Amino acid sequence: MVVPRRGFLTLGLLALVGASPLSAEPASIVVASTTSTEQSGLFKHILPAFAAKAGIAVKVVALGTGQALDAARRGDADVVLVHDRPAEDAFVAQGFAKARFDVMYNDFVLVGPKGDPAGAKGNDITAALRKVAATKAPFVSRGDRSGTHSAELRAWKEAGIDLPAVKGEWYRDVGQGMGPALNTASALDAYILADRGTWLAFKNRGDLAILVEGDKRLFNPYGVMLVDPDKHPTVKVKEGQAFIDWLVSPEGQASIAAYRIGGEQLFFPSAGAVRAP
Amino acid sequence: MTETLHETFARLTTLDRDVVAIAWLSLRVSLSAVAIGLLLGIPLGAFLAVARFRGRPAIVGLLNAFMGLPPVIVGLVLYLVLSRSGPFGPLGLLFTPGAMVAAQAILATPLVAALTRQVIADADDHLGEQLRSLGLSAPRRAMVLIYDTRFSLVTAALAAFGRAISEIGAVLVVGGNIDGHTRTMTTAISLETQKGDLSLALALGIVLIALVITVNAVAAVLRGHAARAYG
Repeated sequence: MVVPRRGFLTLGLLALVGASPLSAEPASIVVASTTSTEQSGLFKHILPAFAAKAGIAVKVVALGTGQALDAARRGDADVVLVHDRPAEDAFVAQGFAKARFDVMYNDFVLVGPKGDPAGAKGNDITAALRKVAATKAPFVSRGDRSGTHSAELRAWKEAGIDLPAVKGEWYRDVGQGMGPALNTASALDAYILADRGTWLAFKNRGDLAILVEGDKRLFNPYGVMLVDPDKHPTVKVKEGQAFIDWLVSPEGQASIAAYRIGGEQLFFPSAGAVRAP
Repeated sequence: MTETLHETFARLTTLDRDVVAIAWLSLRVSLSAVAIGLLLGIPLGAFLAVARFRGRPAIVGLLNAFMGLPPVIVGLVLYLVLSRSGPFGPLGLLFTPGAMVAAQAILATPLVAALTRQVIADADDHLGEQLRSLGLSAPRRAMVLIYDTRFSLVTAALAAFGRAISEIGAVLVVGGNIDGHTRTMTTAISLETQKGDLSLALALGIVLIALVITVNAVAAVLRGHAARAYG
């Protein structure tokens, strides 16, 4: 039996695969970050400037804040850039990072149908949520342990509403990122708490509009941390720190401030306050 | 809806180099996975077709069931295995194209093996006795039958390719959908859908389907040529 030399389909496939190596590239770091920073388009705006200056490629894995911190705890990221202050402080306290740096902030907005059936419009988030709960108007929750989800849960608490007790058909827990949750809210004409950046970049708004904004409880700060190499020796300390240093430098801060959609600024620089444990 | 469709076709004409790079990555990852699937799956399938041993029906049943392995579970398990805190962490494969190839190869291999087993078992029904009368050992018979059914096995390769290039559950989890690095056609479509840019998502979907049709057409043409030349 002659070995079939003419199995060229297989050989052709192998040649194609072999001819294009899948790895081998310049210095890079993995940044675990949030869906809001990715889906708002911020990274696409600022990363080329950093790559050009430092020669370091930044690979962003966009997850919910909770998942991003978990990935970093497992050592699967060099840097985390997230927005859930209590969770970030816990991350530092547990020894997974030596310090947290303020980077930028934006704010959350309560989005809902333009007709506003619950009468939630205004500048008081707790009053608005009480009305939504009282009228059992459809409300979409991220439900994914993200920074936005944490902020939503804090707001319900501050409104004095015991969510598990009043939860019903009207409260839709979708367990997804900001974009999919907005898509769902748009389809259901539901209320939803969103970060302003993703909302501004979001294109499938349907009948939704901002109803509540400007409440200081809706402040949404972002922090950045280098994963502690004492926990995970594989962390690329030099490159990771270079990225953090650039983010909080005047140049990085200016790049963040320059990102606009339709003339509106999405994120506001806030570096300067270093918070060590 | 019609508005979205209009926009979709407008977007198709303006797709940029990024899309080409993403499509190329999808193609490379899925073809690599299929190549691994063929290398492992064809010998395994052929062995199961010609060998006779206790427990074989159970293994064949399991193999057939594994054609339906949920990609997201494969992704999750591989994520934990490849994580820095996992057993294969030191390889540093997580969030790389290599991890995506591994995930899709795990999905492709049982599919190739199960389809190969069926094809070779059918061929064995026709030719097996003749081959045995020539005194050929089981591995020899398997090789002859693989060669004999090689054109039918292309279908197994195409089925595996279809499964690999269209799945998102596994590549999203182990690849991380990193822009310019591990973003594939399916994860890009998902991302654009999440951003609410439905016309761009649809345009990318059309590109993906065109890619799948092209690969199948190329395979059909090659098979036709080969069949005429050597069949």
